[in-house]
Amino acid sequence: MSDNGRLSVALAQIDPALGDRGRNLERHRQWVEQAAETGASLLVFPELSLTGYFLKDLVPDSAIQLDSKEMRDLAALSTKLDVVLGAVIESPDHRYFNASLYFSRGELLHVHRKVYLPTYGMFDEQRYFAPGDRFRSFATPFGRAGMLVCEDIWHLSSAYILSLEGVDMIICPSSSPGRGITTDERLGTAESYALVCRTYAQFLTTFFLYCNRVGFEDGANFWGGSMVIGPNGDIIAQHQDADEALVLATLDLADVRRERLANPLLRDERLELTINELRRVWHERTRKPY
Amino acid sequence: MSAPASLTEPVFPPLAINPELVRGILVGFIKNEVRKVGFERVVLNLSGGVDSSLVAFLATEALGKDNVKALILPYKDSDPKSRSDALEVVAQLGIRHLEIDITPQIDAYLARVPEADQVRRGNKMARERMTIAYDQSVAWRALVIGTSNKTELLLGYGTIYGDMASAINPIGDLYKTQVWQLADAVGVPTAIVQKAPSADLWTGQSDETELGFQYRMIDQLLYYLVERRYTEEELKRQGFDEAFITEIMRRVRENQYKRRLPVIAKLSSRTIDRDFRYPRDWGR
Repeated sequence: MSDNGRLSVALAQIDPALGDRGRNLERHRQWVEQAAETGASLLVFPELSLTGYFLKDLVPDSAIQLDSKEMRDLAALSTKLDVVLGAVIESPDHRYFNASLYFSRGELLHVHRKVYLPTYGMFDEQRYFAPGDRFRSFATPFGRAGMLVCEDIWHLSSAYILSLEGVDMIICPSSSPGRGITTDERLGTAESYALVCRTYAQFLTTFFLYCNRVGFEDGANFWGGSMVIGPNGDIIAQHQDADEALVLATLDLADVRRERLANPLLRDERLELTINELRRVWHERTRKPY
Repeated sequence: MSAPASLTEPVFPPLAINPELVRGILVGFIKNEVRKVGFERVVLNLSGGVDSSLVAFLATEALGKDNVKALILPYKDSDPKSRSDALEVVAQLGIRHLEIDITPQIDAYLARVPEADQVRRGNKMARERMTIAYDQSVAWRALVIGTSNKTELLLGYGTIYGDMASAINPIGDLYKTQVWQLADAVGVPTAIVQKAPSADLWTGQSDETELGFQYRMIDQLLYYLVERRYTEEELKRQGFDEAFITEIMRRVRENQYKRRLPVIAKLSSRTIDRDFRYPRDWGR
């Protein structure tokens, strides 16, 4: 980040090899080099960027532990710039998580374990992964950030919780398969994600970095469309196509303050009211007879 | 019989597609799924119908004309128009082709089973063409690219291990009426898009006569049934005839086996495809 409060971000819209961690690590190194050359201070890779998405029974074989040589290799990617990447994490009690890792200055700064594991339609994540159990923000060199992995953002509460923690940016690594063909110019999924991401950015007055992968796995296509959205909901940068690309944007971090002065939605949030009402709903639900 | 109005009648709106978007995805699919398993080439059985013609066009765009080989495999009863339409596609695309009259090898077998009815004879031809495609795939180091559309796959209107056999299938998630739209957009000759769909396994065979319904009606019903999960009651309220609903639902259900690998008797703790589940693109 330069002194004038600007942050250069890069989204690496890549096509990971399925179940080949070694090859993917090598490719991460290349993208990190390329992003560093552009002067970016933060580089975001897609969900499960180190392994590919439809792993099925490859999940245990693809996993790494937090205290391992593999993890130190990943941390070493972040000496020139901060790096967010996706990996399968095995806990000491042998549960496997679909995780997003934030590395800064050679260290692991934060881990988000995907909470909402889609298990419907073409998805089967709960068969292979354990769910995360928290949404937490964390301090980065560029302000407060929170991470949500793909399906996490389809649950309003996830981004809402992060926003009440005061995040300046939400980072969403994704492996979203394209589907829904109509006469529209874009796939149904691309339209939906653009709507959701822009809505979050505007409603929560936060930067929103959405990095989706590309390529094909077992016939499913990933549509890319990675985008950087400002706290007023405007798209700052987007790569519409489904090819590998480095999406670059420069954020004026003070835009968050300006937007929250113009639209003090966060100031006016009634957290206690929300908690009380949610507690009431929960009580009423649990007391209902079957 | 009148030709199906594949291009002249309006498309059922929920099945209307943006052909450029679909074309981009399918060309990308062919490139990706062929090359990442170490191949550059594909072979396909080109019947001269709209499905295989569309696949030839998509494969040529994806891999280049030198990497696509069309197999034209007529039987003596095949409609000569099928052959000439296939040759027109070959000429237009500039792709390689191999023509083999399968009559001697089919008749050699049929002489042994003179009682075989049309269905058995048709299946035999479809499977003979499959064995040639797979032999050519080894000879030419190419993948067999499939040409079954979603309507056929759902209705089971195809020969298992015959025309349904392939390594990759770019059009298996497109209904027939969507195949027409895409074929027209990518430049398949209009005469091919507009001719009456036929498996051409015997003279005068017509898909729509054999199925008993028009593709555009079948696709509408399948849209509500498969894509939207309408119940039988809801389908009736939507205005579909009860006998039509019953027949289509029966076909979808009874042909499920054709869309699956053979059933394996479970014995061990990890049975293939039941609890031994790996992606096909494992390590690719």
